[in-house]
Amino acid sequence: MDASGSGAEGPGGQTASRLQAPGRRLGEKTIEVMLALCGVLSVLTTTAIVISLVGPTIGFFQLVPIGDFLFGTEWTPQFEPPSFGVLEIVVGTLNVTLWAMVFAIPIGLGAAIYLSEYAAPRVRKTVKPILEILAGIPTVAIGIFAVSFLLPEVIQRFWPGDFLGGAVGKPFMALAAGLGVGLMIVPIIASISEDAMSAVPRGLREGAYAMGATRMEVATRVVFPAALSGIVASVVLAISRAVGETMIVVLAAGSNPNLTFNPVESIQAMTAYIATTATGDISTGSVDYKSVFAVGTVLFVMTLAMNMLSIRLVRRYREVYE
Amino acid sequence: MTSSKWFMILASVSVLALGVAACGDDEESSGGGGDLSGTIRIDGSSTVAPLSEAVAEQFQGENPDVRVTVGTSGTGGGFEKFCAGETAISDASRAIEADEVEACEKAGISFEEVRVATDALTVVVNPQNPVNCLTTEQLKAVWGPASTLSSWSEIPDLEDEFSEDLQLFGPGTDSGTFDYFTEEINGEEGASRKDYNNVGEDDNATVNGVKGAPGGMGYFGFSYFTENEGSLKALEIDGGKGCVAPSVETAQNDEYVPLSRPLFIYPSGEALEEEVVKEFVDYYLENVNDIAEAVGYIPLTEEQLQASQDAVATLG
Amino acid sequence: MTGAGEVQSERTRLAVAGARATVAVALRNQPRRDVILHALFAGLLLLAILLALAGLAALLIQALVRGAPALGPDLFTNVPSTINPEQAGFRPAIIGSLELIAGVILFVVPIGVGAAIYLEEYADKTRWWNRVIEVNIQNLAAVPSIIYGILGLAFIVRGPLDLGFILAAGSLTLALLVLPVVIIAGREAIRAVPDSIRQGSLALGATRWQTIRHQVLPAAIPGVATGVILAVSRALGEAAPLLLVGAVVFITFDPTPFSADGYSALPVQIFQYATRPQEAFQELAFAGVIVMLVVLLAMNSFAIWLRNRYERRW
Repeated sequence: MDASGSGAEGPGGQTASRLQAPGRRLGEKTIEVMLALCGVLSVLTTTAIVISLVGPTIGFFQLVPIGDFLFGTEWTPQFEPPSFGVLEIVVGTLNVTLWAMVFAIPIGLGAAIYLSEYAAPRVRKTVKPILEILAGIPTVAIGIFAVSFLLPEVIQRFWPGDFLGGAVGKPFMALAAGLGVGLMIVPIIASISEDAMSAVPRGLREGAYAMGATRMEVATRVVFPAALSGIVASVVLAISRAVGETMIVVLAAGSNPNLTFNPVESIQAMTAYIATTATGDISTGSVDYKSVFAVGTVLFVMTLAMNMLSIRLVRRYREVYE
Repeated sequence: MTSSKWFMILASVSVLALGVAACGDDEESSGGGGDLSGTIRIDGSSTVAPLSEAVAEQFQGENPDVRVTVGTSGTGGGFEKFCAGETAISDASRAIEADEVEACEKAGISFEEVRVATDALTVVVNPQNPVNCLTTEQLKAVWGPASTLSSWSEIPDLEDEFSEDLQLFGPGTDSGTFDYFTEEINGEEGASRKDYNNVGEDDNATVNGVKGAPGGMGYFGFSYFTENEGSLKALEIDGGKGCVAPSVETAQNDEYVPLSRPLFIYPSGEALEEEVVKEFVDYYLENVNDIAEAVGYIPLTEEQLQASQDAVATLG
Repeated sequence: MTGAGEVQSERTRLAVAGARATVAVALRNQPRRDVILHALFAGLLLLAILLALAGLAALLIQALVRGAPALGPDLFTNVPSTINPEQAGFRPAIIGSLELIAGVILFVVPIGVGAAIYLEEYADKTRWWNRVIEVNIQNLAAVPSIIYGILGLAFIVRGPLDLGFILAAGSLTLALLVLPVVIIAGREAIRAVPDSIRQGSLALGATRWQTIRHQVLPAAIPGVATGVILAVSRALGEAAPLLLVGAVVFITFDPTPFSADGYSALPVQIFQYATRPQEAFQELAFAGVIVMLVVLLAMNSFAIWLRNRYERRW
């Protein structure tokens, strides 16, 4: 047994291991390798995703020129003659995401600020778990709720007349899916932002109060900017989740590819296209089936780009305390 | 202390799940009735699925040791699994296509096209709509790819006075219903105007849409109409022989043209070599006519049933 | 001496009184507009929370109202029926879901915790490959679930693993989907353990692994457990990837993990029922939603209890 005075290094240090018995060091090394393999699995998963998408996507682009795909404005793969302009369903996804964020950002951030700066500890203790319940609701349930309640009872009842074409008589619309997706991501924004705000040291707040600032000023001018990196990260994560959501848009947004940001029109999102086509009646060797993988690639690239953006933004705005 | 508690929780969850599964198995194997046993995997069209499910349910009731599962990967997805030997029977709302035939041949899977029911594609309108009958030309004028009609009054040769705006609802473009309707009415599969309300998989949305819009028009399978007969009106279709309303009789007599479409199952020769599959397919054909109406489809005529049974005989 | 002290305290007294008076005047003279503004702001924040809670309440109430006719013990013991939708139940789907998440837990806990330990305790953060792993995990957490369905179809059901359309394949697909969540939560939990604990252990002669096993991990377990429960909740509610890897919608027997006979899951079954025309199926869909919500509520409550019970304050 080595009664070794351990070095000053932390977990990454070498001093400790150097003073151990060789046999033990071998066991330690084995464990380290095994644990490293667990981490490597994530890389393997990404590789597997890329491989499963790339092959059929290349097959697709051998049949459809990439220019038509990226710049065409009509997505009608099963019509005769077919048209493969992916922009229509990309905009469909963005349409739903836009209205989801319009709903979720004010509510999520408002809830976060309230819980962090205004609420009594008891209120916080009850409301926070309730928001977490919202996070756990299966998206199938939210989708059914959006199309059977939000659409007829909320949107169609309160939408002003014929504004933007009117909401009556539409079985699907982007706004219904947008509200559903918004409801789903409010907990993400609220809880991560609230954690970020709680991490702001009390000293900053107390200093501001001491100088005569009001609660509102402290919340908006001191805490919010200090927690900005976490807040931005939460918003970007929420956008990623919104873009990747399938069941809510399948049930509530419709299957009409439509190049519009109009909330009361029905649209088709990329994820909905993948889900319905992959389980639909078309032949799996056909070009429309391969289009599923091409759309999947676009989706994957989009979420990847957003994630990289989020990492960069967080790094830029992160405040380090002490 | 905490880690051992944690492992205990983990362990009990797994044991619980496996235990329930094991218990389930025990229940299955105890039971009299038929002495057939085995598994039958069916997959394919979600239109034919309710029919196959009902047959499977009854069959399993009489033969408790048999397991039948029905998936709804779609006609195309069903054929993909079928031609890879992963399923015994493929449900299809359209005939098998050339590239799918090729895939099956390559894999050495033999099959037969067995018709099991007919679906009468129904065109529905709002009950307030005075129009009772449309010809196929008028339908094409409304739904064709070049169509820009936006009001009922613009439909050529319309006898009734009706000037509501046209609100069109149609099924998803990857469904057999869409393929069949566009082929029969517009002349080419996939040829359709693009600005209608596409309801995707959810034909209930067509029901709600047409119910809610005075000038609404939509089309879907017969079962969705029979389920909502009180709140929708089915148009009579004139395919050249006069106005014919969709019903069991008119579909069977070939009067309801051109919108009666056949529904198929495709059993594989290899699967039919197993006794349980052979029994199941025979049972299917013997009972399908009783079940079809309950599920909302048109039963086969005597001749069609005989033709199907002959097809199975050549294979099995 | 006393003189200076008295002058000091006099000065202090005056200064304090002056400061107090200034602040009091400032506070009293807050323009009306500001007071209203502040009250409005607080009101808006409260409104935000209330809207979120109202949305949640509406969802729960609607499910209860529409699904109540179909609720009953039959829901758990009966099998799906197309002929008699009034008598249909969710038994195979419920058992399928339970087995699916049992598989997810078995896979995700060792590998997720292992990866978290590696990244936090062993990995040299300056090495490029460790940074690649980190970025990778964050990316995978954001990838849409349906892409995991495509992955499962290509690699697990067919391809290299070639498991076929069995429940274990669905389990593995879902496990890959939620693994990043467990890793990220695990890292947070491990990171929250103060370094002094580790240093103390190493100072007493323990090896790095002993330190982790006996000091760091036990302290991190509540955070890890929360992460696992979050991951399991997500896996329980996902239908999209399962649709692609072979969950069927009509099955009348209890599924098992490795049998090729087929399996189903609760969200898949609910989704299918919601698109059938018969009203009885619509009620079933809502009843199924209620069942899922009850299960998720139970799991979330368990997570909160766990977190509160074992949370350590450093």
